[in-house]
Amino acid sequence: MVQGLSRLKESASQTAGPYVHIGLTPNFVGISGVYERDLGAAMVADKTKGERIRVNIRVIDGAGSPLKDALVEIWQADAAGIYNSPSDLRGSADPNFTGWGRLPTDMTTGECMFETIKPGRVPFFDGRKMAPHLTVWIVARGINIGLHTRMYFGDEETANAEDPVLMRIEQRERVSTLVAPRDGDIYKFDIHLQGMNETVFFDI
Amino acid sequence: MTKSRFPANRTPEIGAFFQRDRNWHPPAFTPAYKTSVLRSPQRPLLSLDNTLSELTGPVFGHNILGELDNDLIYNFAGPGESAIGPRILVYGRVLDERGIGVAGALLEIWQANAGGRYRHKKETYLAPLDPNFGGCGRTITGEDGSYCFRTVQPGPYPWPNGPNDWRPAHIHFSIFGHGFAQRLITQMYFEGDPMIWRCPIVRTINDRRAIEGLTAALDMEATMPMDARAYKFDIVLRGRRSTPFENRIEGS
Ligand SMILES: [Fe+2]
Repeated sequence: MVQGLSRLKESASQTAGPYVHIGLTPNFVGISGVYERDLGAAMVADKTKGERIRVNIRVIDGAGSPLKDALVEIWQADAAGIYNSPSDLRGSADPNFTGWGRLPTDMTTGECMFETIKPGRVPFFDGRKMAPHLTVWIVARGINIGLHTRMYFGDEETANAEDPVLMRIEQRERVSTLVAPRDGDIYKFDIHLQGMNETVFFDI
Repeated sequence: MTKSRFPANRTPEIGAFFQRDRNWHPPAFTPAYKTSVLRSPQRPLLSLDNTLSELTGPVFGHNILGELDNDLIYNFAGPGESAIGPRILVYGRVLDERGIGVAGALLEIWQANAGGRYRHKKETYLAPLDPNFGGCGRTITGEDGSYCFRTVQPGPYPWPNGPNDWRPAHIHFSIFGHGFAQRLITQMYFEGDPMIWRCPIVRTINDRRAIEGLTAALDMEATMPMDARAYKFDIVLRGRRSTPFENRIEGS
């Protein structure tokens, strides 16, 4: 026998189910008066620094249909590449930018639209710069454990080409599943859960 | 969400998170839970060492909380009214895998009412709505990771999957730790409920001990006398490496 390590096990994940809105976006489903506003619905304020953009996200199932009951969260750096988090020790983030957003997908179209700013570049753990990106987390009925992926920006070809995370993707044709094309101020990011274009998801 | 709202007497930790045990969590593809079939990624996940994008995460200050946010019996009820059902406290701590309390963790919960009915437009169960019950609550853990809710015990309900599948009584929990890689959604079950082991969603988890870890214990010592019984539910988030010897070049 040896001494035990006395570690605990992480609580096991369970699906967010079809009624995730009640807990996380109650005003969206008409439960008003409990919370003033749904958390994460607004990411930017008048004074937020950086280029204003919109990000249109859909989550598409194995039959090609967008999920109308998904919940999407994004987490990103500010325009200078600093996270609004105590664990980012490199400096103070823009106080007018939370960096975190949460939206349900529309119950008719399956789309959600984040209004945010384009993030700056953040260093990889070895000091190389990553390309600007959003961290994206998806939960829904039928998803047993939240899915982590990233969205990169279609108009950042040079930065994307030297991004240390994108370079890790062995099947090069799959890199494009993480890159959202730009149309005006909108980046359109379709996340495919299955199929030929299955998005790269991360175990992080 | 500014840094000053982080508990002042703690140095933020920046170590990488322990790897997630994917055999402990449910797999993505679980055909007995039918909806997972078309919603489960089929390619292997790409393993990635944590970068700042995962080591950091949003922090929520107590200033977002209203007085009744953690009291589901009253937070939707009309003046002088309260929700119907067995009154309970749900309390416990948010810990990490090292057993350290996670301070400042945002917990958001949602649940059906005592009859098993959700307040949601997609919900079709014939059990009635309770006009005084909304079904959502939230709180932020204290310095030692502790939290408490007051609510009514939710009822079991049938759901479309197999011809006669019922969910055990449960409360949904969403948890933020200090890093986005710790983000977790799970469900709490109640000690002694015979419906737990029949449920296809519970059984997406393969390890019996992991299911027991989601089952809250009745705690008669923590009751509010003549008001509410208590269930204790501890939640464990991923731990992170403490790095006494630095072996990585940190970012600029
Ligand atoms: Fe539920």
